[in-house]
This record gives sequence, structure tokens and C-alpha cells, in this order.
Amino acid sequence: MLRLFSNAKYDFIGVRTYAYGVTALILIPGLLFLLLKGLNYSIEFTGGTLLQIQSKKTVDVAHLREGLDREGIHGAEIQNFGAENEYVIRARVAKPGSDANDTQATANAVGHALDNVLGAGNYVVARTEAVGPKVGGELRQKAFLAIFLSFFAVLAYLAYRFEWRFGLAAIVATAHDILATIAFVGVLRLEMSLTVVAAVLSMVGYSLNDTIIIFDRVRENLHKHKHESFEQILNRSVNETLPRSILTHGTTLATLLALAIFGGEVIRPFALVMFFGVFVGTFSSIYIASPVLMAIEKRWPGPAARGHLASKKSTPPPPTGRKPQPVVR
Amino acid sequence: MFATIRSRLILIAVLVVASVYFLFPRKVTIREPGPNGVMHDVEMTRVPLKRGLDLQGGMHLALELDQSKQVSADPKKDLDLALTVLRKRIDEFGVEEPVVQKVGDDRIVVELAGITDPARAKAIVQRSAFLEFKITDKIGSLEKALPAMDRTLRNLGIKGEPEPTKPSAVQQLLGGDSIRPGAKDSTPVGGKKPARAGTKDSARAPAPDTAATADTTPVAGGVLGGLVQPAGAGGVPGEYLVPEPAYARVDSLLSIPAVARQLPRGIVLRWSSAPSSVGVQPVRFLYALDDKSIVTGSNLVDAQAQLDPLTNGPIVTFELDRAGGRKFGEETGKHVGDYMAILLDGKVQGRPPVIQSRIGRNGQITLGGKTLQEAQDLALTLKAGALPIPLKIVEERQVGASLGSDSIHKGITAGLVGTALVVLIMIGYYRLSGLLAVAALGIYLLFTLGALSMIGATLTLPGLAGIVLSIGLTVDNNVLIFERMREELIHGKTVRLAVDEGFRHAMNAIVDSNVCMVLTALFLFQFGTGPVKGFAVTLILGIVASMITSIFVTRTFYMIWLQRRPAMSTLSI
Repeated sequence: MLRLFSNAKYDFIGVRTYAYGVTALILIPGLLFLLLKGLNYSIEFTGGTLLQIQSKKTVDVAHLREGLDREGIHGAEIQNFGAENEYVIRARVAKPGSDANDTQATANAVGHALDNVLGAGNYVVARTEAVGPKVGGELRQKAFLAIFLSFFAVLAYLAYRFEWRFGLAAIVATAHDILATIAFVGVLRLEMSLTVVAAVLSMVGYSLNDTIIIFDRVRENLHKHKHESFEQILNRSVNETLPRSILTHGTTLATLLALAIFGGEVIRPFALVMFFGVFVGTFSSIYIASPVLMAIEKRWPGPAARGHLASKKSTPPPPTGRKPQPVVR
Repeated sequence: MFATIRSRLILIAVLVVASVYFLFPRKVTIREPGPNGVMHDVEMTRVPLKRGLDLQGGMHLALELDQSKQVSADPKKDLDLALTVLRKRIDEFGVEEPVVQKVGDDRIVVELAGITDPARAKAIVQRSAFLEFKITDKIGSLEKALPAMDRTLRNLGIKGEPEPTKPSAVQQLLGGDSIRPGAKDSTPVGGKKPARAGTKDSARAPAPDTAATADTTPVAGGVLGGLVQPAGAGGVPGEYLVPEPAYARVDSLLSIPAVARQLPRGIVLRWSSAPSSVGVQPVRFLYALDDKSIVTGSNLVDAQAQLDPLTNGPIVTFELDRAGGRKFGEETGKHVGDYMAILLDGKVQGRPPVIQSRIGRNGQITLGGKTLQEAQDLALTLKAGALPIPLKIVEERQVGASLGSDSIHKGITAGLVGTALVVLIMIGYYRLSGLLAVAALGIYLLFTLGALSMIGATLTLPGLAGIVLSIGLTVDNNVLIFERMREELIHGKTVRLAVDEGFRHAMNAIVDSNVCMVLTALFLFQFGTGPVKGFAVTLILGIVASMITSIFVTRTFYMIWLQRRPAMSTLSI
């Protein structure tokens, strides 16, 4: 029987201070970066026009830009996409003088510019997206709403199945994951598109999944090992679920890697963000969720004062110094 | 209830058969445009799993009422009306399983899979297709009103600026050039293109051309008097000529309220849909018409595109309903010898023909310089009815078919490689138990695809990602169970007991984690749009299928295994 990390006895909770340090090291620069440079929202959220074209010959990007400028579309982003002769053109500003929510004028102007520069028939439009700013604003609002409401739903469910302490700890860990992932998206200058939002949200699900599995073990061990301190129980639970964590994350990362490598340009951002999210989620389940649960438990002791009675006898009370607060909030 | 292996196997068999049934290739009927552009039904056999627009190519449009020109009195009612009209048009357009639905209170979403000509589709969706028949004015109302109009303009401070009534040679060339692509253009933008060509010309026109003004001021230097010329003796009564370059300017002058008020009551002015040429000069016809329509398109029951046997140009023949036919007959009977203008969306089509005798229920519209396909599109929109208010496109996504199939190939490759990796890891780590898990994974995939096909969901690229993700979750469920069994075995339990305990203890974690995942996916479904929704649907179905397989199917495999080898003392895990 091949076993990895069986009977592991790492002191995960003991090193939580370092873990907080690592979190701060990742989050603070990441969030600063976000504050300074902001997110690179896709046109789905800002409104605008996107054209993915395949040209028969390669052209100078500057040429394309000139053509767009002539049509009154200034500051468009033009980039190579995949192959050499494939370009993606993003125009975020509407053609001057046209109703921005009526996407037609801008799309037509971009088409016109392409006809002029490349010659009609010399290129194929592989993909078009044109979104009015009104629709874009709605999408952004909906995405945030989805995240918020799902938070409450999860909190309610965990409060029902476990207790509110567990739910709160899980939410804190998840909020950490979201912040870290968005910072990741920002620092890598990935485009914040609907696909990436989907990736962030499924990462949330995944990270919650992970946290819950550890908490489930905590709940079980609280009943089984009444003589142990809460810290010991947390450590025991994380260690006991370690083989599962390694294997599951290993297979998930393998599938995501396959998606990132073979899935093509459209799906790659999704895979990348998820890939990072799985790392962060695993980290937070162990180093954020569990210590936060302990902090909550200390601040508002549970009904049975789990382990605390015993802890006075068997182990010295946890250090009473200033506890570093998790950076997330 | 499902204590015995037998009853469990029966349930699994039922689920498998159901999934296979829903995935079984079946015959579907598709309307397709044939080589000559006429729709016909094609039958083909395929797996009934719909592919999304991003996988097979197609177009997604979100439309709203365009109230910039015409304000809707009852937007809700108008949107519902627009929805039914669009449904009829799209049904005729001939795409496989089109989506036309209302989203929210003010938006209509149209999804057309696999279309090859997005511009044509957009034209069909956006065209108002409001058909009217009006009698032209016989008594020269506009002619008489012109001096009053010019006086009004002068009082308003608008002077007869030097206007190029006779375009210079260069302008004639340019004008002639830009008419021709509009008229002959094979890219069917409907009637929009000529109109655009026209406005562009006139935008160029106001460049001062000093030479031309001298001979155009018979009506006391009036602006309009100089630009609007009656067609004269040979022309249609109520017909006026405006030089094409001055079209936009005259149009804007005529729409000044104080100017429009000079026109006698009951008379309206309408432009012709495309410029024509008289001699070498491109002109635009302006018509003074009776305000009252004889009949409108709402009385139409049928419209067909045909080729005129005389001119070989495309025409649209139409048939009116009984009431419309009666009214049409009465009115045309009264107006024998008069001229009747046919208006589509407020523009006069062709030159008004003379009414030779009482006309019944059938008539025809001659389309100058358009293709047969444009005529077909016009017939289609006329038959489906007019939009109460024009629509504007607020969101558009369009994916070419080659990009779509490229995405499928890549998605499948990624899926296969990912699955292969998972299979390798599972069998390598858990041996025989891993093999059971892989078998369960196969059943999971069958269930998920079957369920997707059953609810008629569309498979999109993010949807494929959702499936890949739920493969990971299925594996996770099995890993949870196996790890639990191993712990129990290490604690010295017998194989049978370890298996039971493993499933029992893992259950809580599986249920809790999966329910939380479904909860987040539900919110994604509720608040997501298009691609995100697809992701949420496959994720939800995938999680449910994954719970069924890992809790029920894998368990049954173990029961069979233990029954075959009751004395087994070590478990291959």
C-alpha cells in the first residue's frame, strides 16, 4: 500500500505566525499593486468592441492602429493572439458622436478601419464581442452580487451543519483566497473577464471544499479526543487529512495543467487562475482557516468549551501575547 | 431500500440506460438554406447534445428598444410584441434551434448557431419592416408651401448658403461611385447601405462651391426653393427632385418644426429609399404624400420574393388579408389614375406606380438594384410583421465556425490528457480500488452528459471546464473514501468493516463540501450570464452525478467485490 504523508505529525498550527507573515508578504504588495494599477477589466465589463481576426498576411500593429485612429477609434488595444497573423483588437471607447449603448456604430467603424488597412476579404473575423457600457456595468454588478450572496449562503449552511464559528472561519479563509487570486490576476495583468470571474468563483468553491473537509475532521475529532486541546485537535485534523489533500490537489493540478497547456487561448486564463487558486486554497485551509477558527474559539468559546477544560491540565495555555491578526478582512 | 446488490445494480442499470437513451444519436430536422438561398428541411442523425455558440460558431445578440427616434408609449407591451415578431422572423431565417427570449424587463436575447452571414442576420433582426401605401399629393402642396418655408427659414436666420446644386465633376464621380456599391452590393445590409452612402455624400457636400449658386434662386433666394425642384410634367405628381449631395441638409431643414408647420394639414413628406440619377446628376426623390395610409403591413398575410419576368429584377409579391383587401380595393378604386407610393420604414420604395384599376388583395413591390436574397429577407420580415419600435444592439458576440471547432478540438485534447493523468494517478496510487474509482468516473461522465442532454443544456467552453472541474471533485470524493478506508485498515479493522466505515465516515465530508459547491454554483447560475451560466449548469449537474457515483456506484462495486471474495484479508487500496 503506497502511502504518502501517512501518520504525519507536522505542527501546522504552531507555525501560524510565519504563515501570517507569508500571507502578508503575498497580499500586501498584491493589494497595493491593485490599488495603484487597478484591474485590467475585459470589454465585457467596461463595454466596448472586441474583434479577433485572422489576416491573410501579417501586418504591422502600428498600421492597424493608424487605421483605427482615422475612424475615430483612439487608444484601441491591439495584440497578437496565438498565431502570428491573428490579432485581437479591443476598442473600449465608443465611436465619437454615437450612442455608446448602441454598439453598432463602433463595431462598424472598426470593421471599416480593417477594410481600409487589410482590404476587405483579406481577413476573417473569428470572434466579435460588442458590449454596451450599460450591459457591462450590469455584468460587473452581478458578478459581485454572486460572490456576496454565495458567501451568505455558505455561512448559513455551515452554521446549520457545524456552528457559526466554523462558518465564519471558512468565510475568512475564502475572502483571503479571493483577495489573493484577484491580486494574482492584477499582477500578471490577466484580463478580468467573465471566464476569469468563473475561475475565481469555482476556486472559491474548491477552497471551501478543502476547508470543510478539514473542519469535518475537526468536528469528528472533537468528539473522539476529548482530552486534547483545541490546538492539538486542529493539528491532528490537518495531519489526518493531509494524504487526501495531497492526492486531490495533485490530480486537480494535473487536470488544470492539461487545460492550461492544451485548452487553447480562450480557456487558458481560466486554468491559470484556477491553478493559482488551488494553491492558495490549500494554503488557506491549513494556515488561515484553522488558526482563525482557533482565534474565534478563544474569543467566543464554544458551548462545551471544547478541549479547554482538558487543555488546562495537559498543555500550557497558548501564549497570551498579541496575536497577529489575519491580514484578510 | 437499496440494501441488496441486486436492487442497487438495477438502479444503476436504469440510470445508465436513461443516460445512454438521452445521448443516443437521433434524427433531427434542420432548416437550411439551399444553394439557391431557399430554405428547405434537412434530416440528419446526431448526438442530441447541443453545442454552444462558442463551440459551433454563431451569434449572440442582446437587443433593446431604440427610443432615440421614436419614444415608446408602453415599452413593456412593445417589447413583447417585438419578441413575437422576432420569433417569427428567426423561425423563417432557418437556423437550427434558435434562441429568442426576453431577459429582464427591457432586453431580448437572440442566439443563432452556426450562421455564416452575421451582417444579414443583424439586418433581419433590426429592420422595422413597417409597410404603408399612400397616395401621392396631386395639387402641388409642397410647391406652394416652399416660399412660406423659405420665409420662415430667413426669419430664423438661416440663409441660402452657397449650395452645390450642380456637383462638380469630381463630386459626380464620387457620388456615382458611392451609389453603385449601395445598389449592387452583394453583402446584404438590407436597405441600410444606400442610405449610409447617401448621408456620406451630403456630409461632403457643404464644402462651399461658389460657382453653382447663381442660377438657382428663382424663389427670392430661398434655400429650399433652390434645392427642391418639382419633377415637372413628365413626373409623378407630388414628386420632387433634390440633388443627392444636398439630401441631408434639406432633410434637416424640412424637419425644423416651424418649417414643417408651413405644409398643409394632411400632407407628409417622405424620401425615396435610394438615390437615383437623372441624366448625370445623382438625385434623391422627395414625395409629398397623403397622410392617411390606404393599408399597412399589418393587413399582410403573405409575402414572397420573386424575379420579375419582365425586368429580371427581384420583386416581392404580397397578399393582403380579407379586410385589408377590401379596403385596398375600395381606396384604389377611388384613386384610379392617381399614383401610389409604397413605403417601407418611412422610405418610398421605387417610383410610385400609377393605379390603373381597382387592386384586390395581391400586389407587388419592385426593388431596384437589390439582390434576390435581399428580396427574400424583405419578404420574410414583411410576413413576420413590423417591429413596433426599432431595436438597437446593446451586446453582440459572434464566434466563427472554425474558431469553434478549434475550441472543441482543444477542449477534447485537454480533457483527454487531464483524464489520462487522473487515471494514472488513481490506479498508480490505489491499485485495484483506483480501478474501481476510474470505472465510477466513466459512469459519472455518462451520467453528466446524459443529464445535460436531458435538460437540453448547451455545452459551451466554460461548460467543458465545469466538467473537467467536477471530474476533479469526483476523484476527490473517491480519495476521501479510500483514505478513510486506509485509516480504518491501519487501525486493524477487517476489510469488510473498513469498507463500511470508510464510506460512512467519508459521507459527511462529501455531502458538506459538495453542497457548499452547489450553493456557490447556484448563485453563479442565477447571476451569471451566457458563458458563466453554462459553467454553473455543468458544475451543478456534475456535482450531483459525482455524489451519486462516489456514494452509490463505487459502494456497489465494493459490495460485489466483497461478496465474490468473502475471505479477503487485504484490500488492494
